[in-house]
Amino acid sequence: MTISMREAGYEMGAKLTFHGGIHPYDGKDLSKDKPIREILPEGDLVYPVSQHIGAPAQPIVQKGDRVLTGQMIAQAAGFVSAPVFATVSGTVKAIEPRRVVTGDMVLSIVVENDGKYEEVEYDKVKPLPEMTKQEIRDRIAWAGIVGMGGAGFPTHVKLSPKDPDSIDYVIVNCAECEPYLTSDYRRMLEEPEKLIEGLKVSLALFDHATGILAVEDNKPECIKLLKNLTKDEERICVRVLRTKYPQGAERQLIYAATGRAIDSTMLPADAGCVVNNVDTVVAIHHAVNEGKPLMHRIVTVTGDAIADPCNFKVRIGTNYAELIEKAGGFVSEPEKIVSGGPMMGFGLFDLNVPTTKTASALLCLTHDEVSAMEPGPCIGCGRCVEVCPGRVVPSRLADYANNFNEEAFLKCNGMECCECGCCSFVCPAKRQLTQSIKSMRKLVLAKRKKR
Amino acid sequence: MSDYRKVSSNPHIRSKVTTRSIMLSVIIALLPSACFGIYNFGFRALLLILISILSCELSEMVFNRICHKDSSAGDLSAVVTGLLLALNLPVSVPFWMPVIGGVFAIVVVKMLFGGLGQNFMNPALGARCFLLISFTSLMTNFDCDTYSGATPLALLKGGKETDLFSMVLGRTAGTIGETSMVAILIGACFLLYLGVIDLRIPGSYLLSFVLFLVLFSGRGLDFGYLSAQLAGGGLMLGAFFMATDYVTRPITRNGQYLFGIFLGIMTGIFRIFGPSAEGVSYAIILGNLLVPLMEKITYPRPFGKGGEKA
Repeated sequence: MTISMREAGYEMGAKLTFHGGIHPYDGKDLSKDKPIREILPEGDLVYPVSQHIGAPAQPIVQKGDRVLTGQMIAQAAGFVSAPVFATVSGTVKAIEPRRVVTGDMVLSIVVENDGKYEEVEYDKVKPLPEMTKQEIRDRIAWAGIVGMGGAGFPTHVKLSPKDPDSIDYVIVNCAECEPYLTSDYRRMLEEPEKLIEGLKVSLALFDHATGILAVEDNKPECIKLLKNLTKDEERICVRVLRTKYPQGAERQLIYAATGRAIDSTMLPADAGCVVNNVDTVVAIHHAVNEGKPLMHRIVTVTGDAIADPCNFKVRIGTNYAELIEKAGGFVSEPEKIVSGGPMMGFGLFDLNVPTTKTASALLCLTHDEVSAMEPGPCIGCGRCVEVCPGRVVPSRLADYANNFNEEAFLKCNGMECCECGCCSFVCPAKRQLTQSIKSMRKLVLAKRKKR
Repeated sequence: MSDYRKVSSNPHIRSKVTTRSIMLSVIIALLPSACFGIYNFGFRALLLILISILSCELSEMVFNRICHKDSSAGDLSAVVTGLLLALNLPVSVPFWMPVIGGVFAIVVVKMLFGGLGQNFMNPALGARCFLLISFTSLMTNFDCDTYSGATPLALLKGGKETDLFSMVLGRTAGTIGETSMVAILIGACFLLYLGVIDLRIPGSYLLSFVLFLVLFSGRGLDFGYLSAQLAGGGLMLGAFFMATDYVTRPITRNGQYLFGIFLGIMTGIFRIFGPSAEGVSYAIILGNLLVPLMEKITYPRPFGKGGEKA
């Protein structure tokens, strides 16, 4: 083979961008130059048993048990599920419903931190070339790894498509298109080797696949670094995508990176792709090469209400209020606190919630732009249609949703919405388009599940 | 720590563009035409414009008051309607004309159908056509202090020669705001630059209109004739400011092209085969009526439907 995979990849129809999308103020300057700092939890740690899509994990500890750092405290309940691990040593204080970021009460294991951080002895791991594919997958399933970009889909399920030979691309989502978020950026800058090692593990599962590191062009330092580190890798290439929200949305990312398009009913595997987030890939590296379960994640604590915006390496289960404290507290009273990015994150009314596997950021805004503007009537400007990456007509769908006209909603492809929020962002009448459509989608999905 | 924070569904940020800011930019974009109209036709034009805007705003306020609805005057949409209506009137009309037109535009065309965003027809154009039918002689009398005799389009229809240069500049008879192609294009460029309008509708409208003329006017590729047709009458004002009215044009991308082509053909039919020299207003309101159908047949195909492998 004279031509390298890297060059070939570029010719295979990569679009480098997608249709629609927006360019909001990105706010990344607040925290992008702050190195990742590890923080230790002080208060109790709370582990919801459902931090992923799929069956909630089953607690395997009792109230009063002593647990060690890295000990499994809840086991997966089925294939599409993920176990939960203790991230400190201490005593199980309670197993009870606790509030999580979405506002729901979820059964959680509460561990009182004894401050000793005694760690369990991890199993010895075989070097990667000696492991079978099934051993690798089992290892990832054991480690409780889920999609850490926000969706929380169990990673071992993603890595077990029906036909592994049909996978052509293993894409690492390094786009980080959400405004304000810099956790992936810092991770790529500070620990790029781990990212590449993790990608190599994923590639070991798919014999015909090329690894793509898909980075937005607003991160030139990362691109340079990753290109340099992968220049001798036959199977890995860096693909530079144009900066635009939602470039990191799975279907848009696949299209930009490979030119393949799928609809909402299809899986990335149908287009021969597997997509994982940066933190997820690093977690794969820890699980397979070091034998450690998923215990940390990088969280960006930022926003104009935060004294010292930071990127923290946080033990999962740490209380959000502690993160704010460690970031210097508030400089001004925040009107709105968001878990995640401003486009797809959850508004919080209470800071007393734990960091979960999917929490990428804690954003504190002094002014809430949403409540400041009263929604008005639609003037049919078509801006929502222009920006919709799913190519639907959000203003019409929102009308159908508000009238509970499920039939028209489905007929006009309401389920193709990816809830990215672009339509609400651009709407000059400030209508809550995404919210309406999202509610209707939830309703439809719940009905389908029942059937 | 809890219960004083604002919680809402995503997204948590919003763009700066509002309905009001859009309306404001349309008003600014109409100012060159309005100013030129005042310069061209004198003080009376300014009075007509002010009366028209005032009667539109007042009818909206009164209607909202009577119906116990919240005031919607802040969104400036009635000002746009009033301004557009005045720019579509000849300068010689009596002062009660914009009052009737304004009330009809706001109350009948807009508010009775549910207010902003619900009207199926451009209010200013609806009112203009209403006045045109009701007071034909007053509405088609273009004699005034500065100009007497026929509009360039009427001359063109009669097979007479027109002065293209003064038509482009706007030193001709006509309604207050339609005569100057230059002034209208300055405003249009402003809106295009801001992204308030795009070229889909004006582009397909003008192109299909020219194509129709080349095929059916009997003059073929007569550059002077085509330019005069483009510069004359309400075509420019209609294409850039009325056909692009958000509420009454298709929201889908392909629907907008279809809409433009339809308008081009209809304007051509009215101007060439109709009894009157002008046809833009009727073409646009006819197009407005077909918008729901156009949207229906051009509903976009969602991203990746069925999957595409490159």
